[in-house]
Parts: sequence; structure tokens; C-alpha cells
Amino acid sequence: MKATLWGTRGSLASPGPDTVRYGGNTSCVSVVGSQGTLLVLDAGTGMRCLGLDMPPDLRRVDILLTQLHMDHIQGLPFFAPLRRPGVEVHIYGPASTTLTLRSRLMRYLSPPLFPVSLRELPVELHYHELPPDIVEIGEFTVKAQLIIHPNPTVGYRIESERLALTYIPDHEPALGVFTFPHSKEWTSGFDLAEGADLLIHDSQYTTEEYRNRVGFGHSSLEQALGFAKLAEVKELITFHHDPSHSDEMIDRMLAESLGELRPDFKVTPGMEGLEIVVGS
Amino acid sequence: MSQQEIEVILSRHLAEHLAMPIFIVDPDGNMLFYNEPAEAIMGIRYQETGSMPAHEWSTLFQPTEQDGTPIRPEELPLMLATMKRHPAHRRFWIHSLDGAQRQIELTAFPLIGQAERYVGAIAIFWEIAE
Repeated sequence: MKATLWGTRGSLASPGPDTVRYGGNTSCVSVVGSQGTLLVLDAGTGMRCLGLDMPPDLRRVDILLTQLHMDHIQGLPFFAPLRRPGVEVHIYGPASTTLTLRSRLMRYLSPPLFPVSLRELPVELHYHELPPDIVEIGEFTVKAQLIIHPNPTVGYRIESERLALTYIPDHEPALGVFTFPHSKEWTSGFDLAEGADLLIHDSQYTTEEYRNRVGFGHSSLEQALGFAKLAEVKELITFHHDPSHSDEMIDRMLAESLGELRPDFKVTPGMEGLEIVVGS
Repeated sequence: MSQQEIEVILSRHLAEHLAMPIFIVDPDGNMLFYNEPAEAIMGIRYQETGSMPAHEWSTLFQPTEQDGTPIRPEELPLMLATMKRHPAHRRFWIHSLDGAQRQIELTAFPLIGQAERYVGAIAIFWEIAE
């Protein structure tokens, strides 16, 4: 199982000289299995570059959205395979009590916010609302579970060949908790992350910033490290970097937190373009 | 131990921040959590009991009518909310574990999550001082 980070930024695309190394594109990760099945995790602006990298004979793509905030769907209409007739596209996302997944996506993918409507795309579109918790896609078993973030939001656990990758890009498990991490039983996202070979997790804020952003739906780097430790993951990739954080600031945050907390698992800074072979 | 449903986790977090007595059960009626204000009425601390099976907590406090007639577990509002999945309300007496007899009024309602997932029920109650 190979994962590639196409966008690691949170909230808002933030290209520029200060974000060259970690990248300015918003959330998008591709996961390819040993049999060639392709999963795309979120459709942030990083999805455009992923689309350019797709083979011309691509027949099917499965897009797993964690939520429908703009930074997670803005790249969808710029994903080149969506303009190729005959491609089978499956879009997964959290259910809502009011509108279907398709209707909610069409709020963005229709005029006046976007000139082309979803129904005008030449591909074969299929929508899947989550839960159900477990979905089989090719060689992958995908588990989706609601997690703490404003508006219905899911995280994913992707398993194949006894390896597990967990993707929780927007997550505030410390919300309302007096001391974090709390117990495993009472921690949002724990079941998804437990023992994962690779955890890609929200680490948007510094500890100081989090104090003024409680309830925004995100974690500090310190909380991400605490969550990863609680879940006993093998490797953590920091993700969803704050748009105001420069490369130097992210370097500094990591150096300070790792020096202070000394995690006993591998921590890899989430950089745009990073490729990881899970379990290697 | 696996993780609780997200709606239940959020309910507990809310309960921990409220000054109202709150009691949370899973879909089968097993008690998952009660907060500090509830401890004061029930006469026992959550840290001492942890979670409790439905058959245990529903009889532990010996719920009765005003005249002392015992109330069967399936007639309690929280069990009704659990079994019938609609709100229920009742005024009754309990025998707190600190030895006091207390009259309480209790409203229970089911917790229905996204995609119509039934994830448990909550009771909010208060002591009637007459």
C-alpha cells in the first residue's frame, strides 16, 4: 500500500515562498494497493495535480471525502479523470439528516459558485453515504466512522494485507476533555487509529493557538502526538497545516514538540509530494 | 475496549460541563456515564461504579411511586426511551445510596445519530424539594 500526499494544508490553499516545502495545496492523499486499486482521500486543491498524474487508461476511481468543507472538495472539478467519458467515479462522504451527498456537493458544483454542474460531467458518478461503517473497495477494506469536527465528518481506516492506514485530517478529540488524552473508550477516532501502521492526522495548531481556537474542530501538534500515542500507532504524519504557518514555523513546532514529548513512534512531517510505502 | 459512538462521547463531554444531573445509557440500556450533579442525587460516585448493566442500575435505586409502590424497570423513563425510542417523563422516588429517600423528576430521550443510528439514551433529572 503506497500513499502519496498531494495536499497537506488546512482550511485554505496557501501557496507562496513561505510554504514551498510543506506545500500550499489543501487536503488530498492518494492510496494505491498492491493490486492497483486507487483511493483518493479528500478532494482539496491538491487533487488537481493528482489528476494530471493519472494514467490515461484509468477506468475507476474511488474518492473518499471526510467532509464537505471547501478545503476538502475544491479540487474535485479540476480532477482530470472527471472529464474523461466512461470513467467510473465513486464518491463517498458522510450522510446528513437533510440533503443527499449529491445535493450537498452540487451546492458548490453548480453556478454561480462553479460554471459546470456535476450532472454535466461525462463520467459515471456513484454516490455512497456513510455509514455503513465498512466498505470493500478492491483489495481494500475501508472503515468509516464519525469523528469530532463541526458538521458531519468521518475519518477512515484503510486495511489491506494486514496493514492499516488511518486518515483523520480534521479532528478535535480534545474538545470538552479536561485532560487529553482521555481514556481510549471515550476518545473520538480511537477505533480508527488503534495500532495503525500509519496515521495521517490533524496537527494544525501550536498549543498556544489551540487555546484560542477551541471548538474550531482541529488539534494542536501536541494533541496529535498524544492521540497517536494513545492509539499506539507505528507512524504519525502531521497534516492539515495552518495556512498562516510558514515552513520555518512548522519546522520549529515539530522540533519543540518532539524534543519535549519524545514519542516512541516515528513522526513524519506531512509534506506535499511525500510518498510513503505503508509498513516499510 | 472499543470506543463509544461519537454522539455518546460528545454527550458525556457536555454532561461533564453542565450543572444538571445527567445519566447516559447505551442502546441496550446499560449505564455508560453519569455526571457529578447526578452523583449527588444518586449518592454514589461514577468513579466507584463505572458502567453498570441495565438490570443492575434499574433496581439499585429501588424506584417507587409516591405511595411506595415499586416501579418496574421497564416502566422507568430511561428504559422506555431505550425500548420505544421516544421521550418519556416521570416523577418518582428513589432510594439513594447515601441512605436518603429522594423524589426526582426525570426526562429521558433517545440519542439518534446521523443516518438514523440509535446510539443510546440520556436522562436529565432533578430533585423535587417540597
